[in-house]
Amino acid sequence: MHDMPGYDYHIDIPGTTIFDGKMAMKGYALNKMCYDFNKAENREGFKADEEGWMEKYGLNEGQKQAIRDRNVLGLISEGGNIYYLAKFAGIFGLSVQDVGGLQTGKSTDEFKEYLASQA
Amino acid sequence: MAKILGGITTSHIPAVGNAIQKELYDDPYWKPFFDGYPKVHQWIKDNKPDYCINIYNDHGLGFFLDRMPTFAIGCANEYRNEDEGWGLPALDPFPGAPELSWHIAESMVADHFDLTTCQELAVDHGFVVPMQLFWPGAPHHPDMPKTVPISANTVQHPIPTLARALDFGKALGKALQSFPEDATVVILGTGGLSHQLDGARAGFINKEFDQYCLDNIVSNPEELTKITRMELVEKAGAQGTEFLMWMMMRGALGDNINEITRNYHIPISNTAAGTLLLECAA
Repeated sequence: MHDMPGYDYHIDIPGTTIFDGKMAMKGYALNKMCYDFNKAENREGFKADEEGWMEKYGLNEGQKQAIRDRNVLGLISEGGNIYYLAKFAGIFGLSVQDVGGLQTGKSTDEFKEYLASQA
Repeated sequence: MAKILGGITTSHIPAVGNAIQKELYDDPYWKPFFDGYPKVHQWIKDNKPDYCINIYNDHGLGFFLDRMPTFAIGCANEYRNEDEGWGLPALDPFPGAPELSWHIAESMVADHFDLTTCQELAVDHGFVVPMQLFWPGAPHHPDMPKTVPISANTVQHPIPTLARALDFGKALGKALQSFPEDATVVILGTGGLSHQLDGARAGFINKEFDQYCLDNIVSNPEELTKITRMELVEKAGAQGTEFLMWMMMRGALGDNINEITRNYHIPISNTAAGTLLLECAA
C-alpha cells in the first residue's frame, strides 16, 4: 500500500509509530504469527523450528531477521503491533519492562526507575 | 425499566492478574494500587447490581486484524477467558445476559451505532482484570452480576474519536433505560490511563494530562471531546488511547452524578493506574 499524496491522517510523534492501515498491511503476516502464539501448541511449534515456522506464515526477510535478532524496534518498523509482539515476548518470559528496556537502550531496572520517576 | 446505578473505571494491566493470583495486596509496590478498591467493594456490596456492562478493548485474543470491529458487543450465554500467550491459567467462564445484549444491539443500531454482534467472544485481561478487582474471586463472587462485554478498537488506527465514544455511551444509557426489566446496572470503563509500550518513547507517562482527564470526565466530559485522536496518542501515550473506554462509560451515566472514590498511582507495570467510581444521583 502506497502513501496517498495530499492525505496525512497523522502528526509526527517522536518515538511513536501510528499503527494504521498501512502498517497493519505491512505487518500482517508477522502479526498473524504472533497472534497465533495465543495457543501453546503454536508457541511450541515456533520453538521447535523457528525458520520453518516463519516460512509457514510467509514473513518477509526483514521480518524474519528482526525475529532472529529479537529486535523489538525492528519488528515495529516491519509492521509489528505491540499487542501481538507481546505474545512473542511471552515465549521468552519477557515482561513489558524488559521489552521497554530493549527499545530504549535501558536495563530493565533503569527502565523501571524511569517509570517511577514520572510519579 | 432498568436503572443505571453508576460507573466504575480501572486500569486493566495484565500484571494485576498475576498480583491477584499471588495475593500481593500488602506488597509495598502493589499496596497503593490495591488501596483504591475497598470503597468500590463496599459500594458493590451495598448496591449489588444485577447486570454489568464491561466496556474494554481487546488486545489480540477475541479479535485479530483479519476482521477488526470498531465497536463490538458480546451476545452470548457466557464468555470464556483464554490463554493470551503467557500460559497463565484461564479463569472459568463469565455468565452473559444475551437478552440484554440483543436489546442493546436493537436500541443502539436503531440510534445509528452499528455494532458488530458476537455469539462467541474470548475475553482477555482487559475484561477479566477489572472483574477480579471489583468482584474478588470472579466469576465465583456470590454477587457476580451477569455481563455484557462491549469492546472498542484501540489496536489499529483509525480508532473512534472521543466525541463518538461519549455519544456511544449516551446511546448505551438510553438503551439500558428502556430495557423492560426491573433491574440495576453498573457500567465499567476499563483501560488507561497514560502509558506507551512500544517504540523509543516506551515508558512515557503523563501525570498532568491524566489529572486533567480525571477531573473533566467527572464534571465536564464534553470538554474532553475537543481532544483529537492524535493529541490523545501524543499526550496519553500510544496505549493511553484506552481512555476512550472511560468516555463510553461516562456517556451512559448522564449529567447528574456523584464521585464516590478516586485513586491514581504511578507506576503499575508501565502504566499510570487510575480508578474512579461515579454514582448516578437517585
